[in-house]
Amino acid sequence: MGNNMERNNIALPKKKNSMARYMPFFFMALPGLIYLIINNYLPMFGLIMAFKKVNFSLGILASPWCGLSNFKFLFATSDAWIATRNSILYNLFFIIANNFCGIFVAILLNEIKSKFFTKVYQNVFLLPYLISTVIISYIVYAFLSGDTGYINNTLLKGEGVSWYTEPKYWPIIISLVNIWRQTGYHSIIYFSSIIGIDSSLFEAATLDGASKWQQIKNITLPSLKPTIITLVLLALGRIFYSDFGLFYQVPMDSGALYPTTNVLDTFVYRSLMKLGNVGMASAAGFYQAVVGFCLVLLSNALIRKIDKENALF
Amino acid sequence: MVNKKLDGFQIFSYIFLGVASIMIVLPFIILIASSFSDEVALIKYGYKFWPTHFSTVAYQYLWQKKELIFRAYFMTILTTVIGTGIGLTITTMYAYVISRRDFPLRNLFSFLVFFTMLFNGGLVPTYMIYTNVFDVKNTIWGQIIPSLLMNGFFVLIMRSYFENNIPNEILESARVDGANEFYTFINIVIPLSLPILATMGLFIGLNYWNDWFNGFIYITEPKLFTIQNFLNRLIQDIKMLATMGTNIGGAGQGMPTASVRMAIAVIAVIPILVIYPFFQKYFVKGITIGAVKG
Repeated sequence: MGNNMERNNIALPKKKNSMARYMPFFFMALPGLIYLIINNYLPMFGLIMAFKKVNFSLGILASPWCGLSNFKFLFATSDAWIATRNSILYNLFFIIANNFCGIFVAILLNEIKSKFFTKVYQNVFLLPYLISTVIISYIVYAFLSGDTGYINNTLLKGEGVSWYTEPKYWPIIISLVNIWRQTGYHSIIYFSSIIGIDSSLFEAATLDGASKWQQIKNITLPSLKPTIITLVLLALGRIFYSDFGLFYQVPMDSGALYPTTNVLDTFVYRSLMKLGNVGMASAAGFYQAVVGFCLVLLSNALIRKIDKENALF
Repeated sequence: MVNKKLDGFQIFSYIFLGVASIMIVLPFIILIASSFSDEVALIKYGYKFWPTHFSTVAYQYLWQKKELIFRAYFMTILTTVIGTGIGLTITTMYAYVISRRDFPLRNLFSFLVFFTMLFNGGLVPTYMIYTNVFDVKNTIWGQIIPSLLMNGFFVLIMRSYFENNIPNEILESARVDGANEFYTFINIVIPLSLPILATMGLFIGLNYWNDWFNGFIYITEPKLFTIQNFLNRLIQDIKMLATMGTNIGGAGQGMPTASVRMAIAVIAVIPILVIYPFFQKYFVKGITIGAVKG
């Protein structure tokens, strides 16, 4: 309160100068503002391309409108549907697996009383998260390469599988890579929430003779509920988006694997860069952006309903 | 309390996490072991967790190609340094402005950042704008500017740090003393924010170091390749290494392909493995503050 009065006293006589007073703020925000316009807002405006027959000699703005024909073309192919299905199914599985593994590891980490081991385990679990997808694709190649891969040579002894042309194995391979990569990240988030739980709750439970499992079920998991809800709903809002590298680099862009590795991100990329079909690519991008946005709004509305505290907005 | 014996669940935790840690590390071992294997043995027995016949021939081969690899490394370092420098500066300034409760346009400016996290134009219009309007294709800016320079999430994390850690009283008294806003920002706010600057800088830097996507779509000139783009090109076509740079020797003749593939990945991953233990504290902190709502 005292602060406010002081501020008013100073601000009132200088009201005419208030623009001048805020000038430094505009200057500081300016580079970021320019970047937001170039990198984010111009491309949003560029989504109108989806309704145009783009002619580069005319430029995007002057190109003729073509209504929904790009979309008709897009959904006439089965590829767009397959990519949508893959995006949704992979993401749903990732949401379950990442949160389950993250919570599981976090609960175990909480049992480790030695500071040294807690640190070692945390470091090791986080390591794959910090490695670029390109390196990960090399590691996967070391296991799956047809001629020199570890699995064909050592585990299957001669009875080789041509991994990079057999789509049926890839849902499992991609899921394993994803768990390997994401568990550390999620466990660190959950671990920090567990540390925040009032330790007197556990002490009282131990005195009352509650078993470890009862403590986990009745204290730890309920305390993690807000974190779980937030992470799950954030991920649900991004269900139309995927880690491009995981679905492009790791399967080495092998055409035979598209039925199980093509997701919306790779579909848009291939339509644009490989097929050079700007109309279809922009229609697919528009579809991804708009449906994705609706899902974000929907999942936020859900958070507000369940737990207002954790809503994003 | 201190000398309490481990109960069954704790023993299980130690063992489970220990086994899981080994499983997580093993894929890196196969990479390293294969890079130190003899080419003939690799072709006969495949990649293994232990070098079949120890050999450094892959590294010797890469040493012959050192100008290519040093060049790619140099591009990675250059990109990372410039990108992190500019990115951290504009992120910090923007976050500071929207953290100031007395700035009238604070809500509008915050919304402009926040909205980019909910909705974005996606690859096609972004690519069109950067190639047709700003023409970053095949320049180093193609690796630095698109998408990576200012991340909305980082801006909001920093904003909440400023809001919670820079006491309003200090800013007020600086103003009463007649300090201008730039002076206050540089001499008062920045020194109070070093931990968050280090954490954010590390994450921005890691994003640049690991990025291959910008190079993948905006760079086709091999001279500008970062180490990630270099690797990315080689996994598709390892023979390219033989023809790149110096033109001596037939394409791929006598090149230890199987081991070189892995050796070059090892070279790219080593810096991260080396610096990671020193910075792990900041990585963990960065992830935890990111999880707390901004």
